[in-house]
Amino acid sequence: MDQLPVTLTVNGKRYQRSVDPRRLLSDFLRHDLGLTGTHVGCEHGVCGMCTVLFNGQTVRSCLMFAVQAEDAELTTVESLGTPNNMHPLQEAFWAKHGLQCGFCTPAMLLTAKELLDNNPTPTREEICEAMSANLCRCTGYQTIVDAVESAALAMQGGAQ
Amino acid sequence: MNGAPPVKTHPTSMRWIGQNMKRVEDPRLLTGRGKYIDDMSVPNMAHAAVLRSPHAHARIVSIDATRARALPGVLLVMTGAEAAEQTGPLPCFSSPATTQYCIALDRVRHVGEAVVAVVAESRYIAEDAIDLIEVEYELLPPVVNPLDALTSSGDAVLHPERGPNNIALQRTLTFGSYAEDMAGAELIVRRKVVWPRSGGQPMETVGAIATYDEGNGKFTIHANTSMYNYVGWLIAVSLKVSASKLNLVPTIAGGSFGSKLFAHKVPVLAATLARACGQPVKFLEDRLDNMMSCDNHGSDRIYDLELGLMRDGTMVAFGMKVIDDYGAYLQFGVGHHGNAAAQLTGPYRIKSAQIDLTAVFTNKCQQGAYRGFGSEVNNFALERIVDAAAEELGMSPVEIRRKNFIQPDQFPYKIPTGNVYDSGNYEAVLDKALEMADYDGWRVRQAEALKQGRYIGIGLVSCQERSVFSSTEFWFWNHDPGFALTSSPESVNVRIDPTGKAFVSLYAPFWGNSPETMATQIVAEQLTMDPSDIEIIYADTDQGLMGTGPGGSRYTVMIAGAIGGATLELRQKMFKIAGHLMEANESDLELQNGRVSVRGTDRGMSIPEIAMQAHFFRLNLPDGINSGLDARYTYDHPYTTQPSADRTDLGVFYPIMGHMCHIPIIEVDIETGRIEYLKYVAVHDCGTVVNPMTLAGHVRGGTAQGIGSTMYEQFYYDEQGQLVTANFGDYLIPTLREVPPNIEVGHVETKSPFTEYGIKGGGEGGRMGVPPALAAAIEDALRPFGVKVDGLPITPVKIRELIRAAS
Repeated sequence: MDQLPVTLTVNGKRYQRSVDPRRLLSDFLRHDLGLTGTHVGCEHGVCGMCTVLFNGQTVRSCLMFAVQAEDAELTTVESLGTPNNMHPLQEAFWAKHGLQCGFCTPAMLLTAKELLDNNPTPTREEICEAMSANLCRCTGYQTIVDAVESAALAMQGGAQ
Repeated sequence: MNGAPPVKTHPTSMRWIGQNMKRVEDPRLLTGRGKYIDDMSVPNMAHAAVLRSPHAHARIVSIDATRARALPGVLLVMTGAEAAEQTGPLPCFSSPATTQYCIALDRVRHVGEAVVAVVAESRYIAEDAIDLIEVEYELLPPVVNPLDALTSSGDAVLHPERGPNNIALQRTLTFGSYAEDMAGAELIVRRKVVWPRSGGQPMETVGAIATYDEGNGKFTIHANTSMYNYVGWLIAVSLKVSASKLNLVPTIAGGSFGSKLFAHKVPVLAATLARACGQPVKFLEDRLDNMMSCDNHGSDRIYDLELGLMRDGTMVAFGMKVIDDYGAYLQFGVGHHGNAAAQLTGPYRIKSAQIDLTAVFTNKCQQGAYRGFGSEVNNFALERIVDAAAEELGMSPVEIRRKNFIQPDQFPYKIPTGNVYDSGNYEAVLDKALEMADYDGWRVRQAEALKQGRYIGIGLVSCQERSVFSSTEFWFWNHDPGFALTSSPESVNVRIDPTGKAFVSLYAPFWGNSPETMATQIVAEQLTMDPSDIEIIYADTDQGLMGTGPGGSRYTVMIAGAIGGATLELRQKMFKIAGHLMEANESDLELQNGRVSVRGTDRGMSIPEIAMQAHFFRLNLPDGINSGLDARYTYDHPYTTQPSADRTDLGVFYPIMGHMCHIPIIEVDIETGRIEYLKYVAVHDCGTVVNPMTLAGHVRGGTAQGIGSTMYEQFYYDEQGQLVTANFGDYLIPTLREVPPNIEVGHVETKSPFTEYGIKGGGEGGRMGVPPALAAAIEDALRPFGVKVDGLPITPVKIRELIRAAS
């Protein structure tokens, strides 16, 4: 199988690689670029674990090929914050116990980021709507919604 | 109570235990730096994929892998026969054992069973190769319906070496004067109840990376399993190497819910492949692998229940015939029914009981552990028949429960099966839940709504949550007990380094619970240290002390006991050293705020000061004190006794008894079958709460899983034994829209007299209570139609069917 070139930006860093045309974007991010914060849960597009931002919009990276990301700007969880300098969303998930096993968390964070980027003052119902496409098997979701709500408030205060 | 352990005294004020401490585990998980099994790699690592049986039951006649072997990038193609040349059967805890291999030898017994494994340079190539393998099968009759399994013969028998039929175990256990009590009952309520198989389905599947070092003949296996420091050595037995030639290294798990209790098949397969192909191998189940062949589908039972009562509502005897469809193999025997027997009669004073159990083999994935391990099913059965009895007697669900509760002054309380409940205050839990739910107010609103054609339902259950298993339940059902083990300890090693930091080694994994946070809180409490000075380590099997690991809501209780023992030893050593150096009597010393001080003075030494002395100034130490400051402690189960030989008394095996009251208030849309949550209250009593925030997390998360088991999830096999719900489009895990927007959690704290700090387990949380509560709420809402909810999952479609049938 002939490899194809792909040039893209991930978390602000530009990458030029050659990949198999069939290589999944999720595998490319995880195993070629070493960005293992993006997880894979079902590989059929239901669970949402592999969610990343693709030109600012959430996509399921297990349902895309890496070559489709030509010229795209991707954002993964690794860009949000570090353990010592967390993003307000990460701080809020921590404070509200919005995670247990942590496997769905990167996807939840990026889904919430997309929401807050577009709607910095969402209602609780709008948060539920935005977050409802991703599965979480641990929390029962309530504290995830609490966390997004709390982060939105913190980010409004922090922006000024 | 004969054989009961001494009653512990518990501290009245605590600094760290009981606090909502943010989790130690979280920063790395939140930032995508968790290092789950698939995030790891080792040099020169190859990847495996597995060809699985498309048939439920067949003989493997021939395998032609010529084209697969020729595919560039393929390193190894291995059949079951080839694997069996080096690797023996998988670990099995049943007696007699069912023989199972990591790759099927000559016969497949369920759809998805491994037939050929391929190792290649990439997973993509391995999966390509799978498609090039041709297998000829001779089909055998599939056994799908457990009732058919009772009469199977000939080729339909899955394990002919065990006998001429598909009955895995048939046994009736009678506890107390059951026949007499039933004969004396004024009313016998009977009900048939069906519980379908669902499973934990964590978002992360099972995986392993195995390396075989030819230099020293030793395997290193990274895996996301638990129980490696308990029965991990059995993997070495399967691999036919000395246990000293296997190091199992834990990785964190992206959820388990029981499903990774002892994930044995994937590590054995990866190690077998690594040894054969001469380079490290990663094998990670994909979702299809996991759903078809994970070895941890949950209970699958048909019950005929009977409850004997007096006319005033007093329950006297509870009995059941139960058929449990175990699938193709038995991993943990029928331990699930031991688990159920731990709390067979619930929170009620029922004098006698009987279980007539028939476990059968069918051509399905085998059962394993799923949050409740079979006792959640007993909760469902018992609570459903208690509700049925209340209805027949014209009592309210509250009244019948209140009348029969074991009273606080009756503990420790021995139930008919022989298990002992340590403590409880069931009315306090009930009262708190009723108040939080505004139960009486909702009864009024329900009646008003009905006048407007709205169908509101209120469910209420009072369920047990047994915690801290001991191991006798794994075998006491068997006619021949087999390996009749009685230990299930937990260990910890606490080392204080020269700078005064504590390094705490755990011998069990993170699998979505909060072991680091909980151990940090308890060590901080015991040693009056700051949590930031405490570091948690997960020890591999090379470093391993006995660690049974999480499961059966045991870990917090057990690790608290182990930490209690280890820190007491450290404290005594610090007192000896500090007393010697300060020329003070040890009995005058106290440990507070990280300092050993002479009581009533300002003289004292900090833990770092003592630690430095202990490590580097041996000439300052008192006689008989060695350098260093560390302690290891193995804490045995606090209260276990042997079952009687005739099994009329199963002994004490699950004594740390939690309790819960769940009250869902829902509205059913009778046109669509959809339900809406108007209110959801869950009050739990898990003894002393270590971290209310994380306990509430278990309650809420468990409630969501319970909703899945009740309404949406089922591993459904068709008549040919095809698993038709083998993806997340068909196997429906609740999303945010299927769970209550606000699960209101309350706690009552009835301390266990037998555990450190009075802690009880709470890990299985809401899933122990939701199914009967939600079934009751749906039944209550549809009372005008006379609908009964006897079987799960009660999907919206099923609700519509019941309404249609009733109208």
